[in-house]
Amino acid sequence: MTKMVAATGNEAIANAMRLAKVDVCSAYPITPATEIMQRFTSFAANGKVQTEVLLAESEHSAMSGCIGASAAGGRVATATSSQGLALMWEMLLVASGQRLPIVMAVCNRALAAPTNIGCDHSDSMGTRDCGWIQLYSETGQEAFDNMLMAFRIAENMDIRMPVMVCQDGFITSHSIANVQWVEENAAATFVGDYRQSNPLLDLKRPVSYGQLALSDLYMEYRKAHDHTMSLVPQVVREVAAEFKEISGRSYDLFESYRLDDAEIGIVVMSSAAGTTKDIIDRYRDKGIKAGLLKPRLYRPFPYEDVAQALKHLKALAVLDRADSFGASFGPLFLDIAGALSACNERPIMINKIFGLGGRDYMPEQGEHVLDELIQIAKGAPVKAAKEYIGVRG
Amino acid sequence: MMATPLNLKELSKQEELFAPGHRMCAGCGAPIVVKMVMMAAQHPVVVANATGCLEVSTCIAENTSWKAPWIHTAFENAAATLAGAETMYRSLRKQGKLEGDIKFIAFGGDGGTADIGLQSLSGAMERGHDMTYICYDNGAYMNTGIQRSSATPFGADTTTCPVGSQNPGKLQHRKDLTRIMAAHGIPYVAQASPSHWQDLMTKVRKALDIKGPKFINIIAPCNRGWRTEMDDAIKLSRLAVETCYWPLFEIENGVTRITTMPREKKPLTDFMKPQGRFKHLFQPGNEWMLAAAQEHVDACWERLQKEQASPIRHRG
Ligand SMILES: Cc1ncc(C[n+]2csc(CCOP(=O)(O)OP(=O)(O)O)c2C)c(N)n1
Ligand code: SF4
Ligand SMILES: [Mg+2]
Repeated sequence: MTKMVAATGNEAIANAMRLAKVDVCSAYPITPATEIMQRFTSFAANGKVQTEVLLAESEHSAMSGCIGASAAGGRVATATSSQGLALMWEMLLVASGQRLPIVMAVCNRALAAPTNIGCDHSDSMGTRDCGWIQLYSETGQEAFDNMLMAFRIAENMDIRMPVMVCQDGFITSHSIANVQWVEENAAATFVGDYRQSNPLLDLKRPVSYGQLALSDLYMEYRKAHDHTMSLVPQVVREVAAEFKEISGRSYDLFESYRLDDAEIGIVVMSSAAGTTKDIIDRYRDKGIKAGLLKPRLYRPFPYEDVAQALKHLKALAVLDRADSFGASFGPLFLDIAGALSACNERPIMINKIFGLGGRDYMPEQGEHVLDELIQIAKGAPVKAAKEYIGVRG
Repeated sequence: MMATPLNLKELSKQEELFAPGHRMCAGCGAPIVVKMVMMAAQHPVVVANATGCLEVSTCIAENTSWKAPWIHTAFENAAATLAGAETMYRSLRKQGKLEGDIKFIAFGGDGGTADIGLQSLSGAMERGHDMTYICYDNGAYMNTGIQRSSATPFGADTTTCPVGSQNPGKLQHRKDLTRIMAAHGIPYVAQASPSHWQDLMTKVRKALDIKGPKFINIIAPCNRGWRTEMDDAIKLSRLAVETCYWPLFEIENGVTRITTMPREKKPLTDFMKPQGRFKHLFQPGNEWMLAAAQEHVDACWERLQKEQASPIRHRG
């Protein structure tokens, strides 16, 4: 174990990439992820990594380069945000469809228009159905830990799927906080050597990547993808258990905070979960049984486990940092509602859209939500199933 | 390793890396071009393919025509995809995890190269990846049903610039992709035609032996889109050369060399007349279009000869 240092979330990601000894890194700059590549290219420029860096002319090409490199047969990582992730969209499905274990750090940022560089989750939520595994991080420490674990999950021989490691743009990507690295040799042993699967560069066994599969075959590929995703939660848990041995830090599919005996609860992802935990502590001090669930593995979504953890609540608010426009609910709410739909007993649920485009999530917002949940739990009618909070009129 | 001499007897003994049985149309120019390119290669190669006729017809439902490693990912990014593979090759070589020489070849149609893929190609060339990009130019988006591309010749009838009472076919001249690639200052750029197969294969070998980014533009007649007889591919690609519509030349380190001088420059109509896509141009009222097409070809040919006469080296 190493000593605590002060580092930004981006620095944490760059360090995880260094420790994972990636063979190729292919990327394109965009705020707030740019710093990751600046730091990483500086490692390369100073001989601290053996990585070949491909500085593409766009994110579309950056992801295409990741795909070519990964298919070739080595460890690949990249980083992006917002418009960059949107530009990659087409290639994300190719990466997962070709079962390539690429690891990508995403600094969550709003999408244009209007142009905005602040944090929200619209970018990665827009890619949640692209067949990637998605992990969300509350802090720079979690981003670092998730990034290291991501290589193990992606490269597991039963999985071979790309992984996105998300953290909140600026809020954690640019904030300096305490981070504890993993010692270099321990990290190398933990991540392990890259194991090839059908490498393009194997001349003795030439393979073709990217066939045309028509209606007689396409659906079988999709079913196989879905099946593979169902194996992911178990692997995520196993990898976390091993990671605990070298780091002392524990992770699960999601974090339950004072939830077991709770009557009301909030589900919220990433940095806002930290603020919310403080609020919950204060309500607990007042004798109110409040709890929190913070999703970590969002794709595949561990529906059954989440439902088990939430079904005993009387009232539940899901806080979404992204919206699905048009009288629908936020994406996280839809998943939680889907998870609970099979339960006989389940909480009354409300959905709040917060913190879009870098709008601060203030403690009062969480308090208002809890106050509303207290009333609902007592039998008061739900005023609005979905509502924007922290917004003008 | 001794290179196989470029004669038919010796070449016929070589293993074909591009197997028959694919589903391209009978008489299509593209597979002829690909076969020549793959036969020319004297080193192990890894191939990337942009979406298009060649790609959709050669790797379907767990069957493949590619005996060399092959990757297709999307339409606009064959260069970026191959750049990634080439970068991994360099990384693994550097780290001592891989041995042996591999050459990298990308194939893209004119649409996948001159239009939607121009950015990724330009980026890969500028970065200096050690790869040879080959554009097979059939002058339209053939895979999706003969829509115009920026490489479609002036006057041609396509399904998106259809000839009608108010439209006499494509009103713009083709984008000169070979010159655009030459403007990147890469070590080798060439134009070739399957009618001149020794010239084509010599250029491919030369390109593969040069380190760095290379580009070869190869005309590939499409009988469906050009509205010609099924066995016209070689005849038409020869006429393209003889009319100077598709001059054969190379630009090595900035020095232009015309590799085949036509004995007599034939009128452009010799190339156009057999093709249904130009049929309307031979009707009264459209004489100006034939003249404009000829004028453009003449001007480009003049310029090419001048460039050959006054070389400017930009590298080496
Ligand atoms: C992003 C994207 N846009 C459009 C298409 C549809 N599309 C597939 S192939 C093709 C045309 C290919 O033309 P070209 O590159 O000239 O190759 P050809 O089929 O003529 O050999 C088009 C438009 C696609 N596959 N992807
Ligand atoms: S449509 Fe044209 S280019 Fe495509 S396979 Fe047929 S002949 Fe070849
Ligand atoms: Mg074409």
